[in-house]
Amino acid sequence: MDFQYFIELFFGGLTRGSIYALIALGYTLVYGIIGLINFAHGEIYMIGAFTALLVAGLLGYLGFPAGGILIVAALAAIVWTSAYGYTMEKIAYKPLRNAPRLSPLISAIGMSTFLQNYVLLAQTPDFVPFPMLLPDIDWLLEKFNYVLGPSDFFILVVSFITMICLMLWIRYTRMGKAMRATAQNRTMAMLLGIDANHIISVTFIVGSALAALGGVLIASHMGQINFGIGFLAGMKAFTAAVLGGIGSVPGAVLGGLTLGLAESFTTGYVAGNYEDVLAFCLLILILIFRPDGILGKHQVQKV
Amino acid sequence: MLELKNVNTYYGVIQALRDVSLHVDEGEIVTLIGANGAGKSTTLMTICGIQHPRSGSILFKGKPIHELQPNEIVKLGISQVPEGRLIFPELTVAENLDLGAFLRRDKDGIARDMEYVFSLFPILKQRIGQDGGTLSGGEQQMLAVGRAIMARPKLLLLDEPSLGLAPIIIQQIFQIIQKVNKDGTTVFLVEQNANQALRIAHRGYVMENGCITMEDSSANLLASEKVRTAYLGMEA
Repeated sequence: MDFQYFIELFFGGLTRGSIYALIALGYTLVYGIIGLINFAHGEIYMIGAFTALLVAGLLGYLGFPAGGILIVAALAAIVWTSAYGYTMEKIAYKPLRNAPRLSPLISAIGMSTFLQNYVLLAQTPDFVPFPMLLPDIDWLLEKFNYVLGPSDFFILVVSFITMICLMLWIRYTRMGKAMRATAQNRTMAMLLGIDANHIISVTFIVGSALAALGGVLIASHMGQINFGIGFLAGMKAFTAAVLGGIGSVPGAVLGGLTLGLAESFTTGYVAGNYEDVLAFCLLILILIFRPDGILGKHQVQKV
Repeated sequence: MLELKNVNTYYGVIQALRDVSLHVDEGEIVTLIGANGAGKSTTLMTICGIQHPRSGSILFKGKPIHELQPNEIVKLGISQVPEGRLIFPELTVAENLDLGAFLRRDKDGIARDMEYVFSLFPILKQRIGQDGGTLSGGEQQMLAVGRAIMARPKLLLLDEPSLGLAPIIIQQIFQIIQKVNKDGTTVFLVEQNANQALRIAHRGYVMENGCITMEDSSANLLASEKVRTAYLGMEA
């Protein structure tokens, strides 16, 4: 067991985990506000990756430089995917706001299937290559003894900055406070003049933007995407959100990183094909033994 | 200032308010007393736009408000301290108060009102950085009243502010309500604690099964035999 190998696995796990965390934040924010597990969230991430691919293709054709393409494509993906998230809430969840809890959940599964098949028909069922857009930073990685690749480095830096910004936004801005208030008691938030519909829309937009960013980053990392990538990524991120404590923002980050590290070490030290088995065994075990997750609050049933 | 005309509110098929008509004039403290489940809280939620009446009208300063959304009603100057206080447990005292002023943009005015709230409830200033959920029941009620004042309402609605509090705290809260009223805020007070409420109110209404059954000055209601036996627990 040499140290270099351990460090490589560690950074690989962090990279993977920070993507899970970005997606898990969308699950946890939406759950915090309206108590819904948005099963179509993984598809939002997939659409983010596809949007970036299409925009990058167009810009590449027009002869833009690689760095510029990356930024424009990522921004386009974030904006376009946020519009998807916003619309999805208005179509599939808002009409069911006062319905029994099972109804929006089924609506979410329907939305997920719809979006997958829509992309399958509108694009292609095959894997398509995603262009290598990340700039060359070999001189920097050399200093780190190549324990991580250029895409790992970018994913770590971008996702950590994003997550810190998100936490500061939730903690200190007027909108962030209104969001926390709505999550804690929607009726009281409304009595203070907070427009709950507006907050719910903002939550979906923010969650989708984070997923889109995750989609762009992972697509640059993996080098290929297809319509089905959202399913597994969504399930893993959901596991991460539950692991950290669904509804908790730091929990989603912690859960994502924990899951990423656990998968990476399993792949490295146990067996390469068992990472998904591990993730979902973990999900089952948490649900049985600690359903509130690492940072989640224990829900007291009021009688 | 506030006028309800033949208001009928339903929860699904169940009728909670039946032809409720009442009015609150500027500068008054008016109380609505009645037993648990009579429809008192529904009355307040209907005024605030959380529930919408199926028929009837609600006028605030002569303009109909019964079709407006809650945030629009808050903007017009109506704030509610709801039953059970509904403090945000994971927000600090300062954040709870800030959210009371959510629709206001006048930074100086907000700062001044924050000082006003601290002058009414000095204990809140000591607790300013603590999470709302860590406060005692009485402190939470003070925070709830303070949060409503932060909106600088013209009409303050209070739902059972005495619920679950020690008599000495109740005294203190009711004194503050009187002071806030003297400082220029009209108060509509819903209470099961009829004795206390009628002592500070100018006028009162009695509600039973969703209907207003009595309406009079507080002094007359306190003296009325029916109120004495049904709500004050006294022998006739």
